[in-house]
Amino acid sequence: MAYPDHLEALNKAFSGIGVDENSLISIVANSNHEHKKSFRKGCSKLFIEDQNGFERMDQSIIKNLKLEFKRFRDAVVLSLLHPWERDARLIEKAMKKGQKHYDVIVEIACTRSSNELLGARKAYHSLFHHSVEEHLATHVKGCERKLLVALVSAYRYEGPKVNEDVVKSEAEILSNAIKNADKRKPIEDEDTIMILATRSKPHLKAVYEHYNKICDKSLTEDLEAEGILKDTVECLCTPETYFTRILDAGLSVDGDEESKRAVTRVIVTQREALVKEGYAPNKIQGILTGHYKDFILGSLAREEMNKPL
Amino acid sequence: MATLTVPSTVPSLSQDCEQLRKAFEGWGTNEGLIIEILGHRNAEQRKLIRQTYAEAYGEDLLKRLDKELSNDFERVVLLWTLDPPERDAFLANEATKRWTSSNQVLMEIACTRSANQLLHARQAYHARYKKSLEEDVAHHTTGDFRKLLLPLVSAYRYEGDEVNMTLAKSEAKLLQEKISHKAYNDDDLIKVLATRSKAQINATLNHYKNEYGNDMNKDLKADLKDEFLALLRATVKCLTCPERYFEKVLRLAINKRGTDEGALTRVVTTRAEVDLRIIADEYQRRNSVPLDRAIDKDTHGDYEKMLLALAGHVEA
Repeated sequence: MAYPDHLEALNKAFSGIGVDENSLISIVANSNHEHKKSFRKGCSKLFIEDQNGFERMDQSIIKNLKLEFKRFRDAVVLSLLHPWERDARLIEKAMKKGQKHYDVIVEIACTRSSNELLGARKAYHSLFHHSVEEHLATHVKGCERKLLVALVSAYRYEGPKVNEDVVKSEAEILSNAIKNADKRKPIEDEDTIMILATRSKPHLKAVYEHYNKICDKSLTEDLEAEGILKDTVECLCTPETYFTRILDAGLSVDGDEESKRAVTRVIVTQREALVKEGYAPNKIQGILTGHYKDFILGSLAREEMNKPL
Repeated sequence: MATLTVPSTVPSLSQDCEQLRKAFEGWGTNEGLIIEILGHRNAEQRKLIRQTYAEAYGEDLLKRLDKELSNDFERVVLLWTLDPPERDAFLANEATKRWTSSNQVLMEIACTRSANQLLHARQAYHARYKKSLEEDVAHHTTGDFRKLLLPLVSAYRYEGDEVNMTLAKSEAKLLQEKISHKAYNDDDLIKVLATRSKAQINATLNHYKNEYGNDMNKDLKADLKDEFLALLRATVKCLTCPERYFEKVLRLAINKRGTDEGALTRVVTTRAEVDLRIIADEYQRRNSVPLDRAIDKDTHGDYEKMLLALAGHVEA
């Protein structure tokens, strides 16, 4: 028997972000031996002909499938965890994974409120029996260390008061640090770190505006080559831009695994802000699939938030 | 162990407030009454007194005290009456101002308070000064001092007893290397002091002594005139044996020609409810004179009486 429809449906169930669990149940669960053989022969993307006379599943596909099946689980767990535990675990994981993942640490340290970040530090004590600062200071060996430790240690003032003179002088300081980038990396510049790690967010937003006035480009543009320093400024001064960028990257067809994971993280942790800004789930419809898609869409459903339990 | 003594039956809040009010009435102030009441109430009680006083008389008790009292007596009463987190925020803020700046006080607050006490101080700082403590420390200290102080005031140390002996060994080795190369402001050295738990630091220093012969602080005495080194040594002391640190502060304050009232007031008010008993024992051990006798000889008047009350002195 030919099962072209089923074959197509099976392929579809495995494409996109997440897996279409319902389709898989209806197609695979009650497939007999013959059906499955024909799937294997017909699905050259997933199976290759082995010299010993059987259709072997591609190793990288096995790995990818594992990740795709896990997406729903990860989204649920992340959603259920207390925000403090969630952020503490995200930081610890990112730290262990290494330099390419430091942007996650920046994201958490810079987009949470002072008390949320504090809570994460407390949870970190309970979960890992060390302070987050010690672990960062030990595991991060490169030039990012000072900045990361300073960012997670911050307990920023949250009021609106801003001193215009200080704003102006600090915009100048940042501008100079960037101009001297060839002599000394801005990410290692003490004054730059100090400004970004201790000043309040309203203050930093004002610095961002002022920088734009005195220089041709915006602060984030001028920091394009400076790795997580750019992420720091983006998260502190223009978080909406940062999150939009992350979501776009993760929801694109050729996004890598980290970008896709970021989608779960951002949607779960920024849920309220996203709903308030009316983040359009259009992109999500086409790219996500299965329970994962339903969960994400459900998280963003506006009406749900106000319904009494 | 605290030295503060609170009577076994404490008058009601309204009684305390009434008495305080009476102490302010008329010409002059009844300082003795103020000492008798405020000098024998703990932090929780003082907080409630302030609240009740404000409700009953429509003014902040601290403002009234500020109007009525003066000089050293005023400072000791005001500092004492403040809630510990507010007091720490006040002292820290003072320490960042130009004329009263003190790296030592900043380090002392950052290192001798528990992780949560330091946190509460930082919160009180927001409320009172509309800025973060880190900003002010960052912008009013420079160079190596800033490098050390900023992480110290930002720390939220783990408070458990667990110690990793392998880590203690490797960090003792690191410290010894840096110190022998006179790299006192080294990032890794500062990292150990600013992020590790107190238990871990203790273990590291014990290992240092076992392995290299000297107490680390002894090896940090390479240049007695270097202020940064002095701060580093004081940091180590505060983290590992605060009673000895405070004993020294008191000793220097009392022995100084004329007395350093600022330091004396600060130590007594900040430790009376914490460990002034242990510090006083250390003081007696080291100087062969009981602390209250030394205070008695060196200070006088109402200022002296308040200090003695807080130090648990009982009139013979």
